Amino acid sequence: MITGFLALYIFMLAAFTGYEIISRVPVILHTPLMSGSNFVHGIVLVGAMVALGHAETPVEITIGVIAVLLAAGNVAGGYVVTERMLEMFKTSKPAAGEKK
Amino acid sequence: MVLPAWMPTVVEAIYFIAAVLFIWGLKRMSSPRTARNGIIWAGIGMAAAIVATFFLPGMHNLPLMIGAIVVGVVLSWIVGRRVPMTAMPQMVALFNGMGGGAAAAIGAVELIKFNAALMLVPDTSPIQPEAWVNVAVHLSPVELVLAFLGVLIGAVSFTGSLIAFAKLQGWMDRRFVFPLQRWVNLAIFAAAVVCGALALAAGIEGHAFAWGLLVGFVVLSLVFGIAMTLPIGGADMPVVISMYNAFTGLAVAFEGFVLQNEAMIIAGMVVGAAGTLLTQLMAKAMNRSLGNVLFGNFGGGGGAGESQEIAGALKPIDANDAAVMMAYAERVAIVPGYGMAVAQAQHKIWEFAKLLIARGVKVKFAIHPVAKPACRTT
Repeated sequence: MITGFLALYIFMLAAFTGYEIISRVPVILHTPLMSGSNFVHGIVLVGAMVALGHAETPVEITIGVIAVLLAAGNVAGGYVVTERMLEMFKTSKPAAGEKK
Repeated sequence: MVLPAWMPTVVEAIYFIAAVLFIWGLKRMSSPRTARNGIIWAGIGMAAAIVATFFLPGMHNLPLMIGAIVVGVVLSWIVGRRVPMTAMPQMVALFNGMGGGAAAAIGAVELIKFNAALMLVPDTSPIQPEAWVNVAVHLSPVELVLAFLGVLIGAVSFTGSLIAFAKLQGWMDRRFVFPLQRWVNLAIFAAAVVCGALALAAGIEGHAFAWGLLVGFVVLSLVFGIAMTLPIGGADMPVVISMYNAFTGLAVAFEGFVLQNEAMIIAGMVVGAAGTLLTQLMAKAMNRSLGNVLFGNFGGGGGAGESQEIAGALKPIDANDAAVMMAYAERVAIVPGYGMAVAQAQHKIWEFAKLLIARGVKVKFAIHPVAKPACRTT
């Protein structure tokens, strides 16, 4: 169980982590990173599954199904789009290939 | 299905690993050389977290859940694969909006359950501390506040992103402005906050709130997302989408707190913070402030402002950015000028050109007729 100040610490540390990851990023990576973080908040699917998994009345189930449907779209779409964007950074050039 | 007692611990452990993989993946995505496998690491974390969630105790509606996941994944996978590369920004908007909508829906389900549980308890005002035991679904005041905030932010991100999508897709007029728009938007926002605050105050006291308040809160939040995005022009959309991306992250973190789900809290908060900074960086790269993007199109004289920007835009770039851009370019033309000669940088330029050539970039030198004598002095 996470309560009170412990949650506040988690919020604070996670916020700094996010901030540090992004600082000093080259401009051409802005859009792929936006897309990548869009995929990461697809974790909302886990929450949607929990909400639907504990839903009982028809109203709760309906909203829960909508949540799962939307969140699943977020996850899959976010992944495909990010992958396609990053494919453009593929180093097909022979000399650069060996740096990997 | 009976699950062993140690199952929740295993699920927690997998959530922890998933959180690590998300941060690691994003970190790798922030450098061009490692970016491509960054998304794969994050994807592994996501898959693990989703599979693990099925093994949480007390999950019902599993067939419905699997069905919804399959439909959602297949549809957006196909759409994401098929659209042309040029349509990528609106795809990010669309999928981000879906995430925001999901976060808002989670909050709504939790609030409905809480309120329904409160209605079953005899309404003594204010509720006695020991009476809380009888409330089946108990949300603490902090959880209630965050649940409402998550619904508000998630709903705004949902409809706002959909409008951004429609605009970029060309389904909608570029801008939609009318007199006193700022005040109308403010009024919508205030009305949403009032509905939410009334329901919240009742909930904290232990009274059940009227369903109309919750419905009004959700609907007004959704309307505010639309109203806020309508006046913003298409050219500013990437910045706005990035902002809604940060919004969704925050909403996910808040609802994660309500559900006591650490993976959601950490992933959501990291995205919230990263997205906020990214929004600022993108606005800066366009030589705009965020306030200017959001509110700049209100009021008169919008057209004049736009033509001015086209006339005089200077985009500053630092050495880091320049290096990355050239390393991943097909062809680079170097135009040596007076500055290079004065700085005696010709050897550095040649080393630099050799590095680029080694990466497979086609390098050419272009000599400006006026600068030619300066070059020859070397």
